[in-house]
Amino acid sequence: MVTGALLRSARVRPYAMTGGRTRARLPLLLETLVSVPDYDIAISQRLVAESREIYSLCRGVRSVAEVSADLNIPLGVVRVLLSDLADNGQIRIHPSATSAGVPEHVLLERVLRGLQTIKH
Amino acid sequence: MVSRPSSTELSPSAVSTKIVIAGGFGAGKTTFVRSISEIEPVTTEALMTEASRETDDLSATPDKVTTTVAMDFGRVSLDQDLALYLFGTPGQDRFWFLWDDLIRGALGAVVLADPRRLADCFPAIEYFENTPEAPFVVALNCFDGILPFELDDVRSALAIGPEVPLLTCDARDTTSAVYTLVELVRYAMSFAGPVAVEA
Repeated sequence: MVTGALLRSARVRPYAMTGGRTRARLPLLLETLVSVPDYDIAISQRLVAESREIYSLCRGVRSVAEVSADLNIPLGVVRVLLSDLADNGQIRIHPSATSAGVPEHVLLERVLRGLQTIKH
Repeated sequence: MVSRPSSTELSPSAVSTKIVIAGGFGAGKTTFVRSISEIEPVTTEALMTEASRETDDLSATPDKVTTTVAMDFGRVSLDQDLALYLFGTPGQDRFWFLWDDLIRGALGAVVLADPRRLADCFPAIEYFENTPEAPFVVALNCFDGILPFELDDVRSALAIGPEVPLLTCDARDTTSAVYTLVELVRYAMSFAGPVAVEA
């Protein structure tokens, strides 16, 4: 058995960099795209290390899952840090493919057309 | 891997969607993702949460900060502004709690089955039968291109309804993997409702 204190510390430690928060305020699905619209080196220098890495990586459009995989930061932590960056206007969270009022069948037709263009 | 040199960078106005590739351990999920992805499939890790604490005995590794579970995924740009992500489910059944996160917002799922070990995909089928918001197809991954059974017999062995598409595929083959996704999207369209006509 693991003692309560040990277990608690084992669970919480990775979230030290998120100030103890474990939930992102904005919905960030695994495939949600994020990007930095106006990269500013001065902003970058004010960020903590992990946030700075994310800020730098997202000069190109990335998904939440890619940010986690590329920087080797657990998903839950990435979500919280991205949320903070978005709150401060430093990162843009792209809308999901259906959230802009696009009906699902329109998206499905677009996916179908795209799949049919894939070649080896 | 699909080679699409022009699509390695997504446009600033890009949006995304996803399809989940499920199935038992060794059914060919990562191979399937690799056949379609324009990036080498990558792995991300989720931290262990309360839900798996009882099955992850931490006492053996007290120094270990977290237990992680790996999820493989790939990406393909369907057009200039639309990225499709393919997520493979973690192989171990005890990570069910992650499936809800994986499936949220997905267009649907492909359940890959190894015809030699059909029972391995039962938990995945059961999951999607209880997740009506995610349409699914079952694809028998025939490694040698030969299905040693009749499809109808497989359907009854899997106990899936007549409406669930059941097809064969070769996860190593891009054309075959794409065809499987096309069948899933067509099936999902039958749930998406009629095309709205403006009055």
